[in-house]
Amino acid sequence: MKSTLDHAALAEEFNKDEERVDWHDGALWWIRQKRDRSAHQTPQWEELREAASAIKSNVISNLHDYLIQFEENLKKNGVKVYWAADAEEHNQIVYSILKAKEIKQMVKSKSMLTEECHLNEFLEERGIEVINSDLGEYIQQIDNEPPSHIVLPCIHKRKEEIGELFHEHLGTEKGLSDPTLLTRVARKHLRNVFLTRRAALTGVNFAVAETGEYVVCTNEGNADMGAHLSEVQIASMGLEKIIPERKHLGVFLRLLARSAIGQPITIYSSHYKKPRPGQEMHLILVDKGRSNLLARPDFRESLKCIKCGGCMNTCPVYRKSGGLSYHNTISGPIGAILAPNLDMKQHADLPFASTLCGSCSNVCPVKIPIHEQLYKWRQEIVKQGYSANRKTFSMKAMALTLSSPEIYKTAGKTGRWLLNNAPFAINNKFNPWYKQRDMPDSSQQSFGEWYAKNGSKK
Amino acid sequence: MAAVKKNQPALSALPDITVFNVHEADVVKKYSEVFAGIGGLLVSAGSLENVKDHIIKDFDQGKRILSTLPKLTDVAELADADADPHTLEDVELAIIEARMAVAENGAVWLTEDVMGHRVLPYIAQHLAVIVREDSIVSTMHDAYAKIASEDYGFGGFIGGPSKTADIEQALVLGAHGPLSMTVYLIK
Repeated sequence: MKSTLDHAALAEEFNKDEERVDWHDGALWWIRQKRDRSAHQTPQWEELREAASAIKSNVISNLHDYLIQFEENLKKNGVKVYWAADAEEHNQIVYSILKAKEIKQMVKSKSMLTEECHLNEFLEERGIEVINSDLGEYIQQIDNEPPSHIVLPCIHKRKEEIGELFHEHLGTEKGLSDPTLLTRVARKHLRNVFLTRRAALTGVNFAVAETGEYVVCTNEGNADMGAHLSEVQIASMGLEKIIPERKHLGVFLRLLARSAIGQPITIYSSHYKKPRPGQEMHLILVDKGRSNLLARPDFRESLKCIKCGGCMNTCPVYRKSGGLSYHNTISGPIGAILAPNLDMKQHADLPFASTLCGSCSNVCPVKIPIHEQLYKWRQEIVKQGYSANRKTFSMKAMALTLSSPEIYKTAGKTGRWLLNNAPFAINNKFNPWYKQRDMPDSSQQSFGEWYAKNGSKK
Repeated sequence: MAAVKKNQPALSALPDITVFNVHEADVVKKYSEVFAGIGGLLVSAGSLENVKDHIIKDFDQGKRILSTLPKLTDVAELADADADPHTLEDVELAIIEARMAVAENGAVWLTEDVMGHRVLPYIAQHLAVIVREDSIVSTMHDAYAKIASEDYGFGGFIGGPSKTADIEQALVLGAHGPLSMTVYLIK
């Protein structure tokens, strides 16, 4: 027995509030439409995706040398470099950097990697307070929830709920729910945070091997406010964020924000290369399963991901089940192919949380064949014996039915009779397919029976 | 790292990205349209002298206005590169000259030598950027061709006022950075 609920059970919780599901579905589809408009206005869009994918293929095939080159250049630029094999090592490194400077408070901009590593909890246990400064992440932090979307961390929340949180944590008037007024309150509160923190941690969007600089993209300006006011600047990055040359940024920065939210570029694309006089810069390169993923030829292409969230916005399952139902820091289709690499047993349900419609692969700016990988993970998971028993049983029953014409005919007849005369025999709590679904009436005869009667008529 | 070396597949070649060579016929027009579309305010000022008039007209002179351009000291305090960045907290308006601007996305390119302080274009309540029309390029590919192998400690593209849509996808200008961004085009 698993101790936590799986995607289906968590999605069922989310589905209890139909109005919220409809809103969530519509909000994400609207972002998908903005992405489409933006892509269609960009000349050579498909060639851009192709080039981005090919650059990332090159990175995957030459990762070792690029990492060495990147490290050398970072050192030349005056940046201290660290290597972490896993979350524990990463968190220890951050802690030791802060401890050496006797720093007790840190401000952080968006970083899915540090979410994955549970850095905040680790530091808090050691007496260091961390504040997430991205507005969506800040809202999730004060509500004690992980982000539900990598680009839009609190997309599952309604403004009234956020107003309630602000009332509780920031002392705003009860009932305040206007997005502009709430944003102004957070701006004022977090400005004071930026001005008083000696240390700032950011994630990394792209790291250039050729120059040793790294690029951080935000719309809010929070990474820059934190970093430029800090005396200790820390960046955490997964090994796969490397790109070979500076000019390749042109390809990725054209794709990223358009794919994410239909914007021509993020408001801020900041290129950090050297510390300011009097400032320390530290960069931590984290493996955490990446080198292991590199060893899986069927799945290594998922290392190309640039975390735009496009696959989530388009996914019919994500839109109707919410990011938190994926019980993984990175949710949606990309999360469902990254998570089993880290722990196949714990995430065995995720590759099944898909209709395999392929929409994710069609919008992916680096052309990861996401739906094909979902299908391959399913095979891998069943082979390793991690699939849910109920599904294995019904799949075996279906295989038997489809392999014998006689059983198939009888089963079809029985099924039609039951649907018309005794629907409760099928639409019951033992059949998970019927949750939140209705079936159309079934026809009186099968195509085989109809053809036998009408096939010979001219 | 040994695992990375062992597990990486056979070398695959880098693509040719010189194929991305679509150029706008009128970059100034394109830039102006795109910049307005992302929530920026665009003023065709013509000359630096005219920029001064606009600054006086558009912004409250009673508040702190800082610039890195010595020619604008009539209307702004000259940024002191040695000051503690925390002292910039009360800057109402920062006026900076861009190294270049990009027509396809409305962004300007700034490096720390034109920013005065790295934090200045982010911490000011409002940002004004002077863009020379002949510094506008078509795409990001052209931008990086121009940046080439230039050395800098910090550089950034800024494409509009800071913004967020984290609360119910409602667009709010002015998240943590400037509430507005004005570009003054000069010849």
